[in-house]
Parts: sequence; structure tokens; C-alpha cells
Amino acid sequence: MLDLGPHASFIIAAYAVTFVAVAALAVSIVEDDRKQQRILAELERKGIRRRSAEPKPTPGMPKSKGKAGA
Amino acid sequence: MWKAALTGSLSSAATRTHKREVWSKRNRPAKTLYSEEEPQLRSPTKPTRSNPMISLANPTRFLALVGRVVPWLTALTLILLGLGLYLSLFVAPPDYQQGETVKIMFIHVPSAWLAMFGYMLIAISALGTLIWRHPLADVAAKTAAPIGATFTLIALVTGSLWGKPMWGTYWVWDARLTSVLILFLLYLGLIALWQSIEEPGRAGRAAAILALVGAVNVPIIHYSVVWWNTLHQPASVFRIGGPSIDPALLTPLFVMAIAFTLLFVLLHLIAMRAEILRRRVRALQQSQVERAALVEA
Repeated sequence: MLDLGPHASFIIAAYAVTFVAVAALAVSIVEDDRKQQRILAELERKGIRRRSAEPKPTPGMPKSKGKAGA
Repeated sequence: MWKAALTGSLSSAATRTHKREVWSKRNRPAKTLYSEEEPQLRSPTKPTRSNPMISLANPTRFLALVGRVVPWLTALTLILLGLGLYLSLFVAPPDYQQGETVKIMFIHVPSAWLAMFGYMLIAISALGTLIWRHPLADVAAKTAAPIGATFTLIALVTGSLWGKPMWGTYWVWDARLTSVLILFLLYLGLIALWQSIEEPGRAGRAAAILALVGAVNVPIIHYSVVWWNTLHQPASVFRIGGPSIDPALLTPLFVMAIAFTLLFVLLHLIAMRAEILRRRVRALQQSQVERAALVEA
């Protein structure tokens, strides 16, 4: 067992605060990243995509009217 | 007399020529940094492999790089964090004066370094936004702010928890503690500014100015323990004459510092990817609204 001496509560509290803060930050960032990927995939599934992400027209294929993109 | 007249006419001719030059310089067409047709690639030159900064100005290229780097960086960060925690909690000996409370140093000091690193990153990105108009500079600054604020908060809280058993108080209004608290408030101000202006370009420029003004606080934090008589100890790692800490304590500190830095970089890359995607979603949704309005008209 780890012996942290008479000030163990301060050491444990410091590590606990760090763990909670870093975990909360990491979860919020990863969740936000997944949420944006999900929304973008949903838009692309509906056919709304950036000009540069549209499939290139093959010879003989009529040109699309152009869907705006960022 | 005639000499004076000739000199006068020559000087007036010279003045007219000078005025013409100034006028033509002022009315010369401005160099365009932005391409209206391709707003996603705001670079005047074609990206080449020889200039990675210009090459990475393309968000699509940057996203591809993030996708490749993130899995490796996650693994490396977790390994180093595990090793750092093991060395800090089970291997590092107690300090001859502070006892086991020295273990707080292994999380407090890297957090304090990253608090300043995060702000310097924002300040350099602010220059990128205002001067070079690098398309990813504002994204980098905006996403670094919450990460920097979290590490600043960790530094303040762990410092306070270290201060109580060692100094006998959680808080004193000395120069180091107060300047770090100001840094935390600056982070909160920047986050609030980005949240309060809807258009990302305008928000980015306003935040860049505030970030550059606030950058003066970083050297104040660093030198506060030298300039003023503070309760906080002076620099003991990066100092002239080498570190004053025993290698048995210095090794876990460096391992934790590297692990925390990698964690910062990892979270920053993921947050940047999320922000780029959020701006793409916003642009696509705006274009949808505009098209719907055109159809209705």
C-alpha cells in the first residue's frame, strides 16, 4: 500500500482534481469531434457536400448545378 | 535672382515627380492573399512539399495528417502517462524538507508550464491570424484556449493544495499566484469572446488582438519570482547553473512534463479537427439556407 504520510489527503486531492479535469476535457473534446463528424456525414448522406468533395464528372455526364461548399 | 527662380522651378518639378510616384504607389492594385474561388485554400502560392506551413494551410491536408498522427500519439501519450505516474507515485523518494507532498510537484509543475505554453501558442497563432492570415491560425488559437485554461486551473488548484501543508495557507496574493490567476481570467475572456461573436473571422481577429495584449503577462509570470519578494520558490529546473532538484525527483518530473505536453498536443489536434469540421458544417448549412431562399424567391 502507498504510504503518503501525514499530508496524504492533500496529495490524493491534487491527483484526483487533475484526473477529473483532464478526463472532463478529453471527453468533451472527443465527443465534440465525433458530433461534428456525425453531422457532416449526415449532410453528405443527404447529398449536401462541398464542391471539392463532389465526385468528378465523367465524360458524357451532365455537369451538376453546383452545390456550395466551404 | 534667376538662380533662385531656376532652383525654385527645379524643386517644384522634383516635388511634382515625387507626388506622382507616391500617388502611383498608393493606387497600385493590392496583392491578393485570398482566392475568392477557393476560400478553403487561402494561400497565394501553390502548396509544395518544400514548405510544410503552406502545405498545411489546406485544411483537408491537415485533417488527413491528424487522422494519421492521432492513433500513434494516443498510444505514446498513454504509455508515457503510465510510466510517469508509476515513477511519481512509487519510485520517487520523499523530499528531505517537504516529505511526500513533493509528489504534487509532478502534476503541478507540468501544468504550470503548459498553462504558459498554451498562451504562447495562442499569441503566436494570433500573429498568424493578423499578419499572415494563415487559415488554421485562428482554429489553432480558439481550440488551444480551453485546454490552456484547464491546465492553468489544475496548476492553481494543485498549487493551492500543495501550499496549505507547506506554507500554512491555500492562497496568498503574491506576484506568482496572482499573475497565474490573471492568466486564467485571460483564458476565460478569450473563450467568452470567441463564443460571443458568431462569425468566425470577426471573432478570430478580435480574440487575436486581446491575446496579443494579454501576452505581456507571460514574462511577468516567469520573472515574478525574481522581480518581487514572493512566497513561491524561484526557478529550480531551468536556471543558470543547472537544476537544483535531485535527479531522483527530476526524472519523474521530466517524464510527466513530456507526457502532459503530448496530451496537450493530442487534445489540441483533435479539437482543431472538430473546429474545422464545425466550420464546414456551418458553411454547408448556410449555403442550404441561401439556396432554399433563392428557390422560394
